Amino acid sequence: MSALLDVERLEVGFGGRTSAVRGASLTVERGETHCLVGESGCGKSVTALAIMNLLARGGHRTAQRLTFQGEDLLKLDDRGMARLRGNAMAMIFQEPMTSLNPAYTIGSQMTEVMRRHKKVSQRVAIDRAADLLGQVGITAPGLRLGQFPHQLSGGLRQRVMIAMALMCEPQLLIADEPTTALDVTVQAQILRLLAQLQRDLGLGLLLITHDLGIVARIAHRVSVMYAGEVVESAATAQLFADPKHPYTQGLLRCVPVPGKQRQDEPLGSIPGTVPRIGPGFEGCGFRDRCTFADATCAHTVPHQTAAPGHDYLCRLAP
Amino acid sequence: MLRFLFRRLIVALLVAATVMTLAFILTRLSGDLAISIAGPNATAADIEAVRKAYGLDRPVLEQFLDWVGRAVTGDLGNSYFFQTRVSTLIAERMPVTLTLGLTGLSLALLISIPMGILAAVRENTNFDRAVQMVALIGQAMPSFWLGLLLMIVFGLSLGWLPISGTGSWEHFVMPGIVLAFSAVPALTRLTRAGMIQAMGSDYIRTARAKGLSRASILLKHALRNAAIPVVAIAAVQLGFMLGGSIVIEQVFALHGVGFLAWESIAKNDFPVVQAVVLVLAVIYVALTMVSDLLNAVLDPRLRA
Repeated sequence: MSALLDVERLEVGFGGRTSAVRGASLTVERGETHCLVGESGCGKSVTALAIMNLLARGGHRTAQRLTFQGEDLLKLDDRGMARLRGNAMAMIFQEPMTSLNPAYTIGSQMTEVMRRHKKVSQRVAIDRAADLLGQVGITAPGLRLGQFPHQLSGGLRQRVMIAMALMCEPQLLIADEPTTALDVTVQAQILRLLAQLQRDLGLGLLLITHDLGIVARIAHRVSVMYAGEVVESAATAQLFADPKHPYTQGLLRCVPVPGKQRQDEPLGSIPGTVPRIGPGFEGCGFRDRCTFADATCAHTVPHQTAAPGHDYLCRLAP
Repeated sequence: MLRFLFRRLIVALLVAATVMTLAFILTRLSGDLAISIAGPNATAADIEAVRKAYGLDRPVLEQFLDWVGRAVTGDLGNSYFFQTRVSTLIAERMPVTLTLGLTGLSLALLISIPMGILAAVRENTNFDRAVQMVALIGQAMPSFWLGLLLMIVFGLSLGWLPISGTGSWEHFVMPGIVLAFSAVPALTRLTRAGMIQAMGSDYIRTARAKGLSRASILLKHALRNAAIPVVAIAAVQLGFMLGGSIVIEQVFALHGVGFLAWESIAKNDFPVVQAVVLVLAVIYVALTMVSDLLNAVLDPRLRA
């Protein structure tokens, strides 16, 4: 059986000037949590939006393969894509404060998506909404359904977004940095909730984050993105134990590990920022920041396999 | 919500009081009222008689308080020229002006909201640029000129529509269009800007992520938010139209409140002038309050 979501050599460009995603490939299996990590501006969100076909105006996607449940998403028109979105594949965003429509109640926005995709009465939809609000840990769901977004805190709004995404029992949930805008205490709660829902409902979760602590705890598989490419992908334990790509190694050095980190040892950092890359770029996108790079890195970026299911893009190592 | 309403009411009353004062002062500043009422051939004795008869010999403050006291109870005094109660005069003329104003506003909304939405959906296309150009021309065109132009084309050359009077609904078509034209540019641009902003917002991305239909995304989710400033301005525009119909009523010889104001100014019938200014101001203030209320209905954040 094919993977739940299969993305191969996805390219996203904006108006021919910027290449935001350059041949990224990833798969999400049923019941799997796949984390997409990398620093800001490396193309994680654009990848997610491209999968959902929600790119902003001017964004254009191409891919060698883009299938969901075996269905070719590239061949679907807007109507066909709308039939899947919110239904079999759902998405939650980075900005809980602004992602709900200020003019409608929570209940109206939650029931709307279910009534769009399933033939159910308003009564059934409301009951389902109240039930899900309870499941995501919101007390007094009945009260919340009648409230407007501005009456809820950021953490509550993100819980509402999650509950809303689950209304139609999706097979795939894409969560784009769902906790970035929230307080640290709330962040942990939301991620624990996502991990638990993923287990309970058995859905495929594509979680975009730059919090490696979270990744270590809940991901089955990790893909590291840099400058629009997936530079390394492996099962979580494998990646943490044996990172191959210099960027992955750099990222892991930036995270303090209690017990392993010596008090006097400084925490790592990667100097510089993600470059803006236009069409026609060749070689390794990381070479300007890489301590191992030499002249050959401007030409060849071989695809290597360290172990079954552990791939990376670098001419160096192992 | 109650506090919000209460605050608005206080402000509205203050505005009304200010307008009353200004209306009174401005009519007094236009010269010696007794001389102008008595006419060019009056003797000094006639003028004195007029001054006494109309109570213009009393201290100004007393005249003012007397007028305010009566106006508050609904007594706007008597017209010197028509020799009837001012309130009756205004009540007779008001339906014409209201019909004209509501026709103008309805036409304006019917034109500008769809145009604004389409221009926003096709942002930066030729259609969008054409709409903006039309809006610009509309803004720059004086309404009396457009009125005369329409009269020549549709009234005189084609003979489709009557050019003056208030006999039938056809009489209101051209004046309504002219009045609408003055409001269309602002409303269109506001709708367009609001829709562009809404369509770029996170909640529209959410609506798309939910797989909603295009109609629902545009009309239910985006327009609802884009409409908030449009509604506010539309209510205020209606106020402008009612007050500003003086020119149009003159051009099309519609005997409404605007026409009455013009007549009274020409004849120095100052109780009527004062009263018309006051009534229009009160309507304007009331419409502003209505617009605030409509905003609160549309935007739940304002209800807190």
